[in-house]
Amino acid sequence: MAAEAPFGRRLCEVTASRADGGYRVFSLIDREGPQPEPGQFYMLASAGSWAGESGRPYLPRAISHARYDREPAGGYRLDFLIDEVGPGTMKLAAMMPGQTCWVAGPFGGQFSYPRELNPQAAGAILVGGGIGIAPMAVLRRELVERGIPSRTLLGFRDRAHSGGVGEFFGCEETRLAFEDGSSGHKGYVTDLLLQLLEGDDSATAAVYSCGPPAMLEAVRRICLDRAIPVELALESPMACGYGACFGCAVPKAGGGYLRLCIDGPVVRGDEIATALAGESDDG
Amino acid sequence: MADLPAREALATEICGIPLDGPVLNGSGTFDVLAARQVFGDVLIDEFPFDCYVSKTITMNPRPGNPPYRLWETPSGMINSIGLPGPGLDGFVNRDLRLLASLEVPLIVSVMADCIEDFVVLVERVAAEDAVDGIELNVSCPNVHSGLIVGEQPAETEALLKALRPLTAKPLIVKLTPNVANPHEVAMGAEAGGADAVSMINTVKAAAIDPQTSRPWLGAGAGGLSGPAVRPIALAQVRAVSAAIEIPIIGMGGITDAESALEFILAGARVIAVGTENFRDPKAGTAVTEGLPAALARRGFGSLAEAQAVTLA
Repeated sequence: MAAEAPFGRRLCEVTASRADGGYRVFSLIDREGPQPEPGQFYMLASAGSWAGESGRPYLPRAISHARYDREPAGGYRLDFLIDEVGPGTMKLAAMMPGQTCWVAGPFGGQFSYPRELNPQAAGAILVGGGIGIAPMAVLRRELVERGIPSRTLLGFRDRAHSGGVGEFFGCEETRLAFEDGSSGHKGYVTDLLLQLLEGDDSATAAVYSCGPPAMLEAVRRICLDRAIPVELALESPMACGYGACFGCAVPKAGGGYLRLCIDGPVVRGDEIATALAGESDDG
Repeated sequence: MADLPAREALATEICGIPLDGPVLNGSGTFDVLAARQVFGDVLIDEFPFDCYVSKTITMNPRPGNPPYRLWETPSGMINSIGLPGPGLDGFVNRDLRLLASLEVPLIVSVMADCIEDFVVLVERVAAEDAVDGIELNVSCPNVHSGLIVGEQPAETEALLKALRPLTAKPLIVKLTPNVANPHEVAMGAEAGGADAVSMINTVKAAAIDPQTSRPWLGAGAGGLSGPAVRPIALAQVRAVSAAIEIPIIGMGGITDAESALEFILAGARVIAVGTENFRDPKAGTAVTEGLPAALARRGFGSLAEAQAVTLA
C-alpha cells in the first residue's frame, strides 16, 4: 500500500538535466514526499514561466519516475525520463539545474508482485515501450532487490525516440526492439514477447507493461488470449492526479469508467475494455 | 499601505450561512472522497475551502462521458466530463456520510432534466441535516420543452417557483455564461425565489484532434474554464450584480487572492476556486492566505469593506 502523498504541491530543486539518446533525463530532490512505489506518478510543472508563447502549458503533466534514490540529507532524488512531444514536456525538458519544479504526488497505485498477480508465477516479464520504460525500470529494480527473477523487453520507434536504457537498466540483461531496425530486433517489442512466451509455460507467467496505447493493447490481447495475468500502467490526459477532475476516464471491461489517477494508473488487463483510450501525444 | 487585516477580517456569510472566509470550491472541481483517500486526514484538518460545494448529483447513477474528456487550451482547459456520479441514493447513503464530517458548511449541487425530478432531489437533499444549501445546476435541457433551463429566464423562474416552497434552506442557481444576457436569467432566478446565484459555469468550447482532425472530446464539445474565462466572468458578474439584489458566488479562472478580490470588487459576495484546484490541491488555502495582503494593498481593512464597494 502506497504512502499518502503530502497535501498540496511543493517546489523541488532540479539538480541535473541531460540528453540521453532522443530523450531527456532530469533529476529533482523531493524532501517532503514518501518513497514512491513502482507504477506511481507525479504531477510536474516547471515553476519558471510555465506557460509558453502558445499560452500552454497550463496544466501540470503526469509523469512516472524512472528511478528514486534516498538522499543523504533526507528525502529522495527522483529521476524522470522525458520525450518532448508537446508544450508541457518541452518545458520540463528545458529545466536546468538550480531551477525549481512544482511537484505533487506520488499518486496512484502500484504494481502487484508476480505471485500476487499469478500464484504460480516463476518471475516477471516486463515489456516497456518508449518513455513507458520508466516505470518498468522502477519495477525491475524493486524485483531485483527482492530476488524475484524478471526478464525485460524494451521497444522503441527509432534512435530519435529512445533513451534511458543504459541509465535505468544498467548492465542488466534486456532485449531491445527498434521498429526501424537500428538496434536489436527489427520490429515491435510484442514480437519479442511472443517469442518469449512460445518457449514458456504460460501458466507460470506474469506480465507487466507500460508504453504507447497501441503497444499496451497488443500486449493486453496477447496475454488475455493466453490467460496470462497482465498489469498495464496506462496514461491519459489528466489535469489533477488526485481524483478531482474526472478527466482521466478509461473504459472498464463491464461498462463505466475508471478514474486512472486513483483507480490506476496500474490496471489488470481484464479490468479494462481497451488500452487504446489513453493516447495523449499532445503532452 | 494599511495594516494587514487579520484572518477574522475575512469572515463573511452567504445566504445566512456564516463562513470563516469567502473561499468556496466550484462544483465538480474537488472530490473530497478521492482527495481524502490520496492525502489522508490532513485534508480534513487543513481543508482548503470555507464552504464545500459537492459535485452535481443526479437522480440515477451516471457513468460520465466517453474519453477524451479534457483538452488543455491557452491558459485554461476544456472539459466534457458528463457528471459521473452515484445518483441520489448512492450520494445520500454513502458520500454524504463523509461530507458530513467536514467542519465547513456544505452546499449540494443537483441537476435534473425535468421539474419533477428536481423536486425529488431538492426534497431529499434538503432533508439532510448535514446540508446547508442547495445549488441548482440548470445547464441541462428540460425534457418537456427541449430548452436548457438556465438559458431561459422564464424556465428558470418557473423552476425556482416550484422548488422554493420545498425548503427553507438556501437555493442557489448556477448561471451559464452561454447566453446573451445572463442578468435576465439571474432576474428570473431572483423572481422565482432564489437566495443567490453562482457564476459562471464553463463557456461552450471545442477542440480539434491534431492527429485525426476530428473533435478531440468524446462528447464532441465541452466547457472552457481556467484563467482564459476570467475576463468573461468578471464582465458577467458586474452585469448581474447591477441587476439583482441577491448575492453572487463569483468564479471563473480565479488563481490567487488578487483575482479573487477582482470578483468581490465586480460585485460577488464570495468566490469559488475551480480549475486552479487541479494545478494546486491547496489553491483555496493559497487564496485565503493571500487575501489580507491583497485587501491591504487596495486600502481595505476587511473583506466587508471590499464587499461594500460597487464598481460603477
